Amino acid sequence: MKALLLLTASVLSAAPPIVIQNATVLTVTKGSFKGSVVVQDGKIKEAGEKVMIPPGAQIIDASGQFIMPGIIDAHSHIAADSINESSVSVSSMVGIEDVLDPEAISIYRALAGGVTTVNVLHGSANAIGGKCVVIKTRWGKDREGILFEGAKPGIKFALGENPKRQGMSASTRTPGGPQYLRYPGTRMGVEDVIRQAFNDAKIYQAEWKTYNGRKARGETVIPPKRDLKLDALVEILEGKRLVHAHCYRADEILMLLRVADEFGFKIKTLQHVLEGYKVAKEIKEHGAGASTFSDWWAYKVEAFDAIPYNAAIMVKKGILVSLNSDSGELMRRLNTEAGKTMKYGGLTETEALSLITINPARQLDIDERVGSIEPGKDADLVIYDKHPLSSFAKVQKVLIDGSVYFDRDRDITERQQRELRKKQLLEKEKQSQPQQKKNAAPTRRLQ
Amino acid sequence: MKHLSFFLAATLFAGADDTFVLRGVTVHPVTGPDVENASLLVVDGKIAEIGDAKLKTPKTTRTIDAKGLHAYPGMIDSATQVGMSEISSVRETSDVSELGDFKPQLRAAIAVNPASEHIPVIRANGITAAMAVPDGGIIAGQASLMHLDGWTWEEMAIRIDAAMHLRFPTISTGGFLSRTSFPEARRNYETRLKNLSEYFEQARRYQKAKAAAGPGFKPDLALEAMLPVLAKKTPIMITATRERAIKDAVTWSEKEGVRIVLAEVRRPGESLALLKQKNIPVILGPTQELPLEEDDPYDEAFTVPVEVHKAGVKFAFGSFGNQFSRNLPYQAATAAAFGLPYEEALKSVTLYPAQIWGVDDRMGSIEKGKWADIIVTDGDPLEVKTNVKRMFIQGKEVDLESKHTRLYKKYLARP
Repeated sequence: MKALLLLTASVLSAAPPIVIQNATVLTVTKGSFKGSVVVQDGKIKEAGEKVMIPPGAQIIDASGQFIMPGIIDAHSHIAADSINESSVSVSSMVGIEDVLDPEAISIYRALAGGVTTVNVLHGSANAIGGKCVVIKTRWGKDREGILFEGAKPGIKFALGENPKRQGMSASTRTPGGPQYLRYPGTRMGVEDVIRQAFNDAKIYQAEWKTYNGRKARGETVIPPKRDLKLDALVEILEGKRLVHAHCYRADEILMLLRVADEFGFKIKTLQHVLEGYKVAKEIKEHGAGASTFSDWWAYKVEAFDAIPYNAAIMVKKGILVSLNSDSGELMRRLNTEAGKTMKYGGLTETEALSLITINPARQLDIDERVGSIEPGKDADLVIYDKHPLSSFAKVQKVLIDGSVYFDRDRDITERQQRELRKKQLLEKEKQSQPQQKKNAAPTRRLQ
Repeated sequence: MKHLSFFLAATLFAGADDTFVLRGVTVHPVTGPDVENASLLVVDGKIAEIGDAKLKTPKTTRTIDAKGLHAYPGMIDSATQVGMSEISSVRETSDVSELGDFKPQLRAAIAVNPASEHIPVIRANGITAAMAVPDGGIIAGQASLMHLDGWTWEEMAIRIDAAMHLRFPTISTGGFLSRTSFPEARRNYETRLKNLSEYFEQARRYQKAKAAAGPGFKPDLALEAMLPVLAKKTPIMITATRERAIKDAVTWSEKEGVRIVLAEVRRPGESLALLKQKNIPVILGPTQELPLEEDDPYDEAFTVPVEVHKAGVKFAFGSFGNQFSRNLPYQAATAAAFGLPYEEALKSVTLYPAQIWGVDDRMGSIEKGKWADIIVTDGDPLEVKTNVKRMFIQGKEVDLESKHTRLYKKYLARP
């Protein structure tokens, strides 16, 4: 065992240290300066105006460029093969971890946008949804390889229009066919579903407590029936699983906070939380974080009072706020989404950067590991050609655990090779193909 | 007497309202070099002079101190549903898509609600005019160029018939739930193409019949609306996204002898040379999009504008919706980050759309004689953190408050 550990250590230390020099370093938690970042064994060793260059270090010259911590998206559905188990109102027995696809191209695209850590959530079809998983965008690694090892597990809750859709959407119902109606259909019902579930969870928790107590005393007892749905809820009650709750309107936000108070658990983050600015006081009192969009609005009724000042108001009222994407496209430019809060509400540069780095790290309880440029933290770094809060900034390189996972120059070189290879394959395909395929459906790419 | 003085004051103000001078401002005319510490004189809603600090103006001219600020032409969004749709998921609030395949007589402008909450939200980011584009069927109706200020749609309208919107038929096997087979999709496509040609044939017969003014001639509102199109007075805004549809659309327009502007262009490929040769401008679909195919480069959508620019094809940006119309400048900025020259990015949201929609004699740049559609900013309007400080539409100062700023102030003040 010891030998194995030593072996792993030597493999890790085999990678030479990296020193990124002459850049503007935006640490987020420790100010900004012109200097260097030293990376060793996958961790940040040092960051400062002057640093010790370890022997044999690989030097990356980043003159005129900017380094910031890897971006953390607290709300995404990338790399998930399915999102919603929408047949039931409580789907806490299912989890995204079981359907992760490490080969999803969305991972690489997110990486190329500077995102290194992602909270991959279940969908919002259920009042209590499925379990979530935190990953790193380690493109090229397998399923185990992309997991954010040691991150606390989470679960999705959802309030408002989505969970009260009553199951399948109207457009998919065939006239005269089955209606697939599902409770709840109102915000009242959504509250009821959550309260009923936690009522059951409390009973279940007590049954197990009794059983374990009697067993510990040496009694012969039959264990209660295992309930995978309630297991997850008991974890919430015991603070072992973080609740990320999709919500829009102020009334439903307040409702959830009160239900959590009643059953004695905490909401870790309110997701979207577009009317969070209306109940900032109550959110702050409960201690929930808020993860919102920068400027989405009016796409549905419950988003009609959404304002781009939401993040800034909540920051000013003392809430831990992050900006998320909920979109494989938007997540590639969370840096400029953060920049918008400087206009909408006048946040400072550091406050704006915090929204996509240290704040989401705190919301996911992984801030010991990621979210800022500090010695000892994971070397998850993004190098931009311009200040990342500028509309004109482009990601040049992304490091995760001290390894370069994205390099724009390399991407550009490789895409030419890939084009060539694609042409060769098409040519080969043409030659090997008999005539009979003439009437077959063409591939999508033919257009 | 009271009434008279009120009346007098009102007219005095009305006169002074759209006459003023901005002092100390850096003017970015877009058509020429920037002018620092300039005096920008607006008289009766039009740009009268771009002078230096010494520019003399009558004592009565209102002076606006704009030291350290920048003046840009107001931006133009070339494809929106502004005022036509309030909450996209609620049908009752949307007047974008009408039934039927051929409806050239429909006019977007008349369905633009001047009280829409979207209008102040969009213009707060520096957009002073937008194309309201109807959709649905093949010929959807007339797209209208609207100022983003006015008591009525009539006051807002710049050109009600700025373009005829046509969604060019494509072979589509449908979406996730309603797949059709390829042969069926192809038949649908061919039928729609045939119907389109027949409709134009019908319009041309109507044109002849009208010119002949025979005794049996009966006016037809739909076909009447086709006459400016046939006369090349109104361009057809053809939505065609990919190379094949674009080539199809160009070939078709040559055959019909009509003037076209391509819209939602996304994957022009080798059609660019053709567009350049035929001098056909394009409205680019949003830049901030995912690549079309899995194996496309990650920045595929970001680099379409620079390709189009390199091919020498004129282009402008459209947001193709309402929610993100206020982010129009950032579409251009993303294109600039990925290779489009900055000046081109700026022109693609100001001068070029004005040229494409045939209104560059009135708007699109800060030049003498043009309307004073001006934004005053504290920086580059393509930068996300820049604030628009003031806005003038035809010289009249426009309120930059919106539902969003009102809610912001109200809830920031909540104890």
